[in-house]
Amino acid sequence: MQDWNRQKPAFLALATAPVLWLLAFFILPLGIVWLYSFGRNVGLTDIDISGTFANYARALEPLYLEIFGKSVAVAALTTLLCLVIGFPVALAITFAQPKWRPWLLLAVMLPFWTNLLIRTYALITVLRTQGYVNKSLGFLWDQASSVKAFLGLAPLPTWEPLELLYNNFAVILGLVYVHLPFMVLPLYAALDRMDKSLIEASLDLGAGHLRTITRIVAPLAAPGIISGVIITFVPALGAYLTPDLMGGPDSQMIANVIERQFKRANDWPFGAALSFLLMYATFMLIALQALRTRKIEARQ
Amino acid sequence: MTLFKRTPIAPLDYTRRLWMRAWVGATLFFLYAPLLVLIAFSFNDSSRNIVWRGFTFKYYGKVFENDALVTALGNSLTIAFLATLFSIVLGTLAAVLLWRFRFPLKAGLEGVMSLPIVVPEICMGVAMLVFFARLDWPSDLPWPLNLSAITIAHITFCFPFVTMVVRARLAGFNKEQEEAAKDLGASDWQAFRDVLLPHMKPGIIAGALLAFTLSLDDFVITFFTSGPNTITFPVKVYSMVRFSVTPEVNAASALLIFLTILLTTVALKLQDFSKATA
Amino acid sequence: MSDKQPVISIRNVTKRFGNMVAVDNVSIDILEGEFFVLLGPSGCGKTTLLRMIAGFELPSEGQILIGGQDMAGVAPNRRPVNMVFQSYAVFPHMTVADNVAYGLKIAGIEKSEIRHRVNEALELVSLGGLGTRMPDQLSGGQRQRVALARGLVMRPKVLLLDEPLSALDAKLRAQMQFELAELQDNVGITFVTVTHDQDEALSMACRIAVMNKGDVAQMAVPADLYEHPANRFVADFIGSVNIFEGKLTLDEPERAEVNCPGLGRVYLNHGVTGAHETTVWVAIRPEKITMTAPGKAKAKDSPAGTNIAHGQIKGMSYLGDITLYDVRLETGESLRVSRPNLSRWDQEDFQWDDKVSLHWHPSSPIVLLS
Repeated sequence: MQDWNRQKPAFLALATAPVLWLLAFFILPLGIVWLYSFGRNVGLTDIDISGTFANYARALEPLYLEIFGKSVAVAALTTLLCLVIGFPVALAITFAQPKWRPWLLLAVMLPFWTNLLIRTYALITVLRTQGYVNKSLGFLWDQASSVKAFLGLAPLPTWEPLELLYNNFAVILGLVYVHLPFMVLPLYAALDRMDKSLIEASLDLGAGHLRTITRIVAPLAAPGIISGVIITFVPALGAYLTPDLMGGPDSQMIANVIERQFKRANDWPFGAALSFLLMYATFMLIALQALRTRKIEARQ
Repeated sequence: MTLFKRTPIAPLDYTRRLWMRAWVGATLFFLYAPLLVLIAFSFNDSSRNIVWRGFTFKYYGKVFENDALVTALGNSLTIAFLATLFSIVLGTLAAVLLWRFRFPLKAGLEGVMSLPIVVPEICMGVAMLVFFARLDWPSDLPWPLNLSAITIAHITFCFPFVTMVVRARLAGFNKEQEEAAKDLGASDWQAFRDVLLPHMKPGIIAGALLAFTLSLDDFVITFFTSGPNTITFPVKVYSMVRFSVTPEVNAASALLIFLTILLTTVALKLQDFSKATA
Repeated sequence: MSDKQPVISIRNVTKRFGNMVAVDNVSIDILEGEFFVLLGPSGCGKTTLLRMIAGFELPSEGQILIGGQDMAGVAPNRRPVNMVFQSYAVFPHMTVADNVAYGLKIAGIEKSEIRHRVNEALELVSLGGLGTRMPDQLSGGQRQRVALARGLVMRPKVLLLDEPLSALDAKLRAQMQFELAELQDNVGITFVTVTHDQDEALSMACRIAVMNKGDVAQMAVPADLYEHPANRFVADFIGSVNIFEGKLTLDEPERAEVNCPGLGRVYLNHGVTGAHETTVWVAIRPEKITMTAPGKAKAKDSPAGTNIAHGQIKGMSYLGDITLYDVRLETGESLRVSRPNLSRWDQEDFQWDDKVSLHWHPSSPIVLLS
């Protein structure tokens, strides 16, 4: 690595464009939002940046705190489910035969590359009251009913399609569906890096598979598990599309509230404050993760 | 179970255990079944789209007759193309900068570079909305300049990804190669062009494909920067989905899935190619 | 040794990976208290064999018995053997003492007993007092001792060691060879070691099985492998050797002659057993050849039964303790000769291009049938 002032022309040639771009089209927009969060609406379009904390105070009202709390809970449950589902999948990819491994990885990656909106839409089509999930369940129900009738028992009541959409269940299912690849990939990366002979050593010393996973694999894959958790939790916390399309009236998350301030309620200062609160929460998580990795690196 | 086994399962053959296979199979089913149902029913000759009534292309025809959808698709592809172009230039410059130089505030720049990757989309979306509103960014420019606001927003969240990919590639660069080029008389620029750039090429290609996909897929940020005349494909599909589930939306979505598969295949082919020539 | 029981019986074991045969119908008995070494080049199947004993690979055919018990269907964590891995596989998130205690804890042994046995094991491998260290604070050699202690503390019937010294530098490796042999002698546990390093094998082993392409090429005590190799592979793999093809022209109980086109007539003071064909190979170790300045006598004048050849020095490499010479024979073939550097000023300082005579005792050549 070179010191910048030993090759100033090259340094400037490389630095100018990206730095200016970030300043103009990233820092500046965020800065404006940040300033707005200390302002108030004057008239229809004008915002007076008065340095007030009223917007933040409003964000701490029970109504919004509850939505914040709910968003965190939904994101946490999503992350947990992704971890539980994703860990065995990551393990299976790690120990798959070499010729299968890239295909399994691709199979996990491909939905990740597919448009989020379309994946959400696809899930909606199968979960509708006339969708395939309900149709299959109805079919099984009818079969069970006819078996009971065949055995001389009272048949089951008529199948009522389940309301699988527009509720909290649908939001969590949708979020898990969308974020599962986010979890599997870092888990796989961590497991793949691990020396397989550590697992063998544990088995060799008399531990069973379950004990090996809890006492050797999980602690050693902890950095991967933590980054998988953060990489899943952060976008789930800020999710807009899934609760918007799949949620019911009571399953709005923080991003939906922010959107409403900007697009419908037209209360930009309050939206800006909420938006920055969400960002601070995100940054804190990422900073924690960065601190952790730095500590681990420092120890080595 | 023994029926399927030819050789016994060794202790670490986790993937060959039945429950493990069932788990992976169920997960993949969960991931793919909705998409496959969607694709299958885009070919279904029924407007209710639950019972199979025969194969048809007519909804694809309808997609292409729908001027608004075609315009939206054209907009999306134009934006993705422009955003990719700018992203690979900015992203590569930043990658070389961070790899090559030590300078004051470097950690700060690295932090800011990683922000567009981690900031919640909604926050980035509202920031762009506020920014372009504040600037009174003209919305009645001729095509393709009317797409400039969306394109700028896309470049901002795409190019840090390009930087990430190219920088990872640069980490594997043997600096002695560059020294060898200079030893043989190459200038700084010649060494960069003849040695470093070819080494970065696979990273740049991978970054370009990533940027293209990210731009094409983005809904939330675009949603906040698009105006009535600058609808992109995902935004159009969103308004259709809000309205109802129709075979036409199925067909439009299936088209985008095919495009994704095509892009992924190209990416994999290019990777194999670069591996073979590396 | 023959009255001892085999602690491991490998019976007609074959292991296939797809179409590749890694281990081909191998049978070995390893005796109680032995230091047994599986030696061979990489890819010869030695590690696969070791991993089959540990239970990480399962034989495609054949049986492995440990302590007289068939191990088919017995998981690695239920086998009375422990392994020292090539990478040591010391758990990086546990202290040295926790690493050593891991197996005992799982076996459900009482805490005070664990502490006692861990300390004992650490003392045994000279790591006493380092129990609270983390593995990343240890040197490579120390990590290896942790792996050893972790296996030994389990008091297994057999300790399996996969290339135990390959990650150490040359000096430490030489020291550890002695220590391992001594340790094995002290604890009396059977050791089965895999290595590709012949020096390591020769210095530590009671018996060595030399493997080649999935087969056992020869199983013998170290000196026998060196002085009586069974075939060209073993002769060439163990130590350095000159090999010439020839025709067996005379074969009597006390005398034999081989006519080698590349070397001339080779006389032996013993018969050749088991030769069915006349094509054989003669192997001569470089140190068993005496090199002198060319005598007046020509080869054809020397008495019958004297092994002699003439040539010119075409290459020399000074290795400190010995010097290796590459001698171009009159036949055009090369012969490698080594001479110990007995004094600091060698009187007969051979030089490049010097003409030399070479002699060897009729007991020195080894006749190989395959």
